Amino acid sequence: MAYKNFALVCAGTGCHSTDGQEIYDNLIASAEKHGVSGDVQVVKTGCFGFCEQGPIVKVLPEESFYVKVKASDAEEIIAEHIVKGRAVDRLLYKEPGSKTAGKIEDMGFYQKQLRIVLRNCGLINPENIEEYIAREGYQALGKVLTEMSREDVINELKTSALRGRGGAGFPTWMKWNFTKQIDGVDKKFVVCNADEGDPGAYMDRSTLEGDPHSVMEAMAIAAYTIGATQGYIYIRAEYPLAIERLEIAMKQAREFGLLGDNILGTDFSFDIEIRLGAGAFVCGEETALLASIEGERGIPRPRPPFPAVKGLWGRPTLINNVETFANIPMIILKGGAWFASIGTADSKGTKVFALTGKINNSGLIEVPMGTTLREIIYDIGGGIPNGKKFKAVQSGGPSGGMLTAEHLDTPIDYAGLQALGSMMGSGGLIVMDEDDCIVDVVRFYLEFAVDESCGKCSPCRIGGRKLLNIVERMTAGTATEKDLENIEEISDAMKKASLCGLGQTTPNPTLSLIRYFKDEMLAHVHDSSCPAGKCKDLVKYTIDAEKCIGCTLCARRCPVPCISGGKREAHVIDQDACIKCGECYTACKFDAVKKG
Amino acid sequence: MGKMTLADLKAMRDDKKKEIDRRETDKSVTVIIGMGTCGIAAGAKATFDAMIAELNNCDVVDVVVKQTGCMGFCAVEPTVQVIASGMPTTIYNRVSAEVGVRIVKEHIVGGKLVSEHVYDNPSKDILAD
Repeated sequence: MAYKNFALVCAGTGCHSTDGQEIYDNLIASAEKHGVSGDVQVVKTGCFGFCEQGPIVKVLPEESFYVKVKASDAEEIIAEHIVKGRAVDRLLYKEPGSKTAGKIEDMGFYQKQLRIVLRNCGLINPENIEEYIAREGYQALGKVLTEMSREDVINELKTSALRGRGGAGFPTWMKWNFTKQIDGVDKKFVVCNADEGDPGAYMDRSTLEGDPHSVMEAMAIAAYTIGATQGYIYIRAEYPLAIERLEIAMKQAREFGLLGDNILGTDFSFDIEIRLGAGAFVCGEETALLASIEGERGIPRPRPPFPAVKGLWGRPTLINNVETFANIPMIILKGGAWFASIGTADSKGTKVFALTGKINNSGLIEVPMGTTLREIIYDIGGGIPNGKKFKAVQSGGPSGGMLTAEHLDTPIDYAGLQALGSMMGSGGLIVMDEDDCIVDVVRFYLEFAVDESCGKCSPCRIGGRKLLNIVERMTAGTATEKDLENIEEISDAMKKASLCGLGQTTPNPTLSLIRYFKDEMLAHVHDSSCPAGKCKDLVKYTIDAEKCIGCTLCARRCPVPCISGGKREAHVIDQDACIKCGECYTACKFDAVKKG
Repeated sequence: MGKMTLADLKAMRDDKKKEIDRRETDKSVTVIIGMGTCGIAAGAKATFDAMIAELNNCDVVDVVVKQTGCMGFCAVEPTVQVIASGMPTTIYNRVSAEVGVRIVKEHIVGGKLVSEHVYDNPSKDILAD
């Protein structure tokens, strides 16, 4: 008996942590209760990307896109949709401003996306290897092992012009080729960098949760090409679901002979082990990561020698990021030329971004390189909530920089972002609106970088701290002209002398502040004022006695409380007791509370 | 499942592909079965089962079978609409399981209307006498 319907339940961390598992269990229980277990297949799958509206249940083939589903809704989905064939209208996603649900393919969120890395995410059950195989899984490995020489693989990658998706964007074929060319060693290794650490970024986690086999297959292809027999996936322990799915995937792959000795009956053998990271940001840097796998403290070392020459235990090691690997099987199957036909002159293929912050549709998206920021923020992201004005987007995390309204139409690719003083980074995009203070945001990133500095080299250890001190003084209104001069000098030293990428890029957000938000910064320095009203030391809330009608709402909301005044009398804020939380400002319906 | 060879892998892919492909909705033929209370009471579920089984039998994968609510022809349920390129969009009535099987064989695979069950859409002159 074939299934008539498929209920795909998002089981990514986002939806899983709300109600995902319960929804899944309830759907199965309800289907059983109504005697339709044979009609509907309930499938746990990877992230649909539309996290803002999660938990999501997609019912096929009707393409009903149910959003914000609660565990208690499962019964209705089964009883109405599966048993009676009627979609549950109240749960269907409707585009803002539209009263009726449209087709999924017409949703603004999906229209401009192109899914290569996330091709199976939200379609297959990541815990079932057969579903991956049904989607051409391990065919690329089969093709490589039986039809392609090691040089052929390198050439295909060269044609594809794939660049590393972890941040720096180094051409992938060159990395593979360097490692392949080293002869006369007893062992080589393949390592997958899944130590995703940028605040707000969860691309790699979602890929591993939704399609773990794609990364494992690519690692096997890499091992064949460079001549390795052992691989490691270095993943942070905070990703328990991704780890669990990887472990299941590895077990299944071994049973099927797709990992282990004599893969697919050939003489190629390869296996993978998982290594858990403790969550140190610097361990995403490749030499620190390798040290951590070896059981050493996770601190970087000078390069050269590069890991391609001397990596794990001194052996040649190929290290790529999750997203880079996830592209490989498709490049092998569809050809490098196909991949190179997507994107811009400088950057080929697609990029996965985690879209977060002040944005309507926060979620996981994959777009062709060269898509503009405007398309990402307004067409896919649905714009800024509450009618606020777009101010900036931070790309590349603590190593990146801001892009502003004037960059909205710049196509996003490696060279484009670099020219603007930002970087592709791993793909976190944090959107900020007019209420965000850029100085305050920069302070946050510096605090993060200072916390995460391993302390081995002084430019990073001391420079980062000095920069943070200056920016902290800005937010307190005590920064001086001398501080401004020092920023450039400290940044320059950090960029030139830091041992690894962490220290070299720590000044980027600060430099971005000077470049694009100089006026806002100078307001903090010269006028001790914060135009966005975010920096608490510089904000003062007052009540305009003319406008205040004495409704007492602000006084009731004040948590301290420090607002006095009787009914129908003008209220007054006690400035000494005020903690500047802004509750009165948001509460006032008469525009009587002033911020400044 | 033991260790696989490439041939095993390909066989499994071909086998499982049919199952996964049914989750894809971008197909050239769409079959819509009216599953309102009237349709179900008249046996639409049996029709649904029979058509899916027959599609599998005939190895036809480029078809998506959707269900919908009442189409309004309650007197002549079960109703089935077939939208296929190169064929007029057709609504069939009184589609029992047997007729459902015929629709798969004759309309979808054979490219010929099951004339005696056509209820709406194609004008009379394209129907066989």
